[in-house]
Amino acid sequence: MPTGAVIEFSNISKRFGGVAAVNDLSFTVEPGRVTGFLGPNGAGKTTSLRILLGLVAASSGTATFGGVRYRDLPNPLATVGAALEAASFHPGRSARDHLGVYAIAAGLPRTRVMEVLTQVGLAAHAAQRVGGYSLGMRQRLGLAYALLGNPGALVLDEPINGLDPEGIRWIRGFLRDMAAEGRTILVSSHLLSEVQQSVDDVVIIARGELVHLGPLSSLDTDAAPQTIVDSPDRENLTAALTAAGITFSIGRTGLLAATSDPALLGHLAFTAGVELSVLHRQKTGLEDSFLALVGGSHSL
Amino acid sequence: MTTFLRSVSAEFAKIFTTRLWWLLAIVLFCYIGLIAGGLGALLAGVETGVISPDAVNTGGAGAFGFGSLPPIIYSFASSVGYVFPVLLGVLATTGEFRHQTLTPTFLATPRRGVVLAAKTVTLVLVGAGFGVVGLAASVGLGGGALSAFGVDALLLDSETWLQVGRTILAMGLWAAIGVGFGVLVPSQVASIVVVLAFTQFVEPLLRLAASFLEVTAQIGNYLPGSASDALVGASVFTLANPAGAPPLDWWQGGLVLLGYAVVATMIGYAVSWKKDVT
Repeated sequence: MPTGAVIEFSNISKRFGGVAAVNDLSFTVEPGRVTGFLGPNGAGKTTSLRILLGLVAASSGTATFGGVRYRDLPNPLATVGAALEAASFHPGRSARDHLGVYAIAAGLPRTRVMEVLTQVGLAAHAAQRVGGYSLGMRQRLGLAYALLGNPGALVLDEPINGLDPEGIRWIRGFLRDMAAEGRTILVSSHLLSEVQQSVDDVVIIARGELVHLGPLSSLDTDAAPQTIVDSPDRENLTAALTAAGITFSIGRTGLLAATSDPALLGHLAFTAGVELSVLHRQKTGLEDSFLALVGGSHSL
Repeated sequence: MTTFLRSVSAEFAKIFTTRLWWLLAIVLFCYIGLIAGGLGALLAGVETGVISPDAVNTGGAGAFGFGSLPPIIYSFASSVGYVFPVLLGVLATTGEFRHQTLTPTFLATPRRGVVLAAKTVTLVLVGAGFGVVGLAASVGLGGGALSAFGVDALLLDSETWLQVGRTILAMGLWAAIGVGFGVLVPSQVASIVVVLAFTQFVEPLLRLAASFLEVTAQIGNYLPGSASDALVGASVFTLANPAGAPPLDWWQGGLVLLGYAVVATMIGYAVSWKKDVT
């Protein structure tokens, strides 16, 4: 079983012209876990991953696999598998020949080609020219390329884009299985909800800078606790809230009271004799924390 | 070294797993066959008197005075066919940019210089193969036409086979020039347009214009097409040579072609090949 190398970004910066695409980015990715690399489009995710893989030169800093830069790896495809975009194919070449070319280049046995095509569910389309593939099939072929060398580490850029629901389900299970085997999995996405069922850790960047790092659960915090409460008799409810010194604002679905304790409001209403139609804590879900971190706007 | 050999094998696989190579080879064969066969029949017919010179518009110059016909007819393989290995080379490099296959290529072989060297070696060999295809047309069909009109096709002449060898070398070098030009101008459309415009229009005009004065004729000898014809040793294009500047020696022509390939590839490596792959 291949064991995953630790992926390490150390003070990576990249400027395109005068614009900083990535700024002093440092984090590590541990084996045996799925790490989500998250951020809005244009945050610098793809640039960071391409620097890691030696495709883009960093302006400063280093990115390594077990301490070794990609270009210095003795057997790169057997160490790291990468799927970066869904369009890196010559349309006139069959999937089998496409993978065959790189199996030859990397000195891998040709039998791996059909093995990985079977693994991603493309065996029946192996002889078909890639130009006729759907976006979902191209994603799977990209994944097959990443698996070609049976690597200990996987770096996948937006692998869920373009997959149908069945494909999304499949890749989630696939990522979990790969991590369970001890591999290092780094998977990027601009949507937390796409990957939150599969990732253990999150690395969040915005505008090229690291904004959050930690286990997925670290996102589940109540930054600004609010409880939604409403009543057919809103006048008496607002009076009761004011009397109790609880500030509130009027939202679309009711009053947004500045407390994290629905029981407090329930008691207040009960003693004031006000009937409640709505009472629940507003969920500040992972996605909201994520959006707050990356500076996206969100409303009730 | 193993990395390099694997890379060469992979580059061969890239060429032979798409349809382009045999499409180009078929067009090359038909095109050269038509020209060599047709002109071979015409000129041999005139030379042996089977076709009356009066039936051919020679501008009143009488006989063509080409000297020995077979070397001229056989040279069409490269003097006209050279654009095919150039295109194959150009498409081999620009296709990597266009289809974004540089990403999987550089992931499998992170040493980019190794990949480019492997591509050059591969294309030289495939270009030489195109030379064989072109010669099959020019010697096979052209020589057949000469024989049919009773002109000795010189197939037992060692000079003919030396020319064949030099033609194969020239076609290999042309493919290397294509690789170099492809990295120099990675945009596939721009690259193809420039190659076609230069080889089919600009260079023939330059060669013609240069040939009128001895000093410009000597400069004109260093144009890639002239150098190629010098390497091969015969060409219909060097027949009209008013200023009479001697062409380069065959080995000088070969070195000039090699120089074009090396310079284009080195500059292309710096300006496009080693840049960020985004």
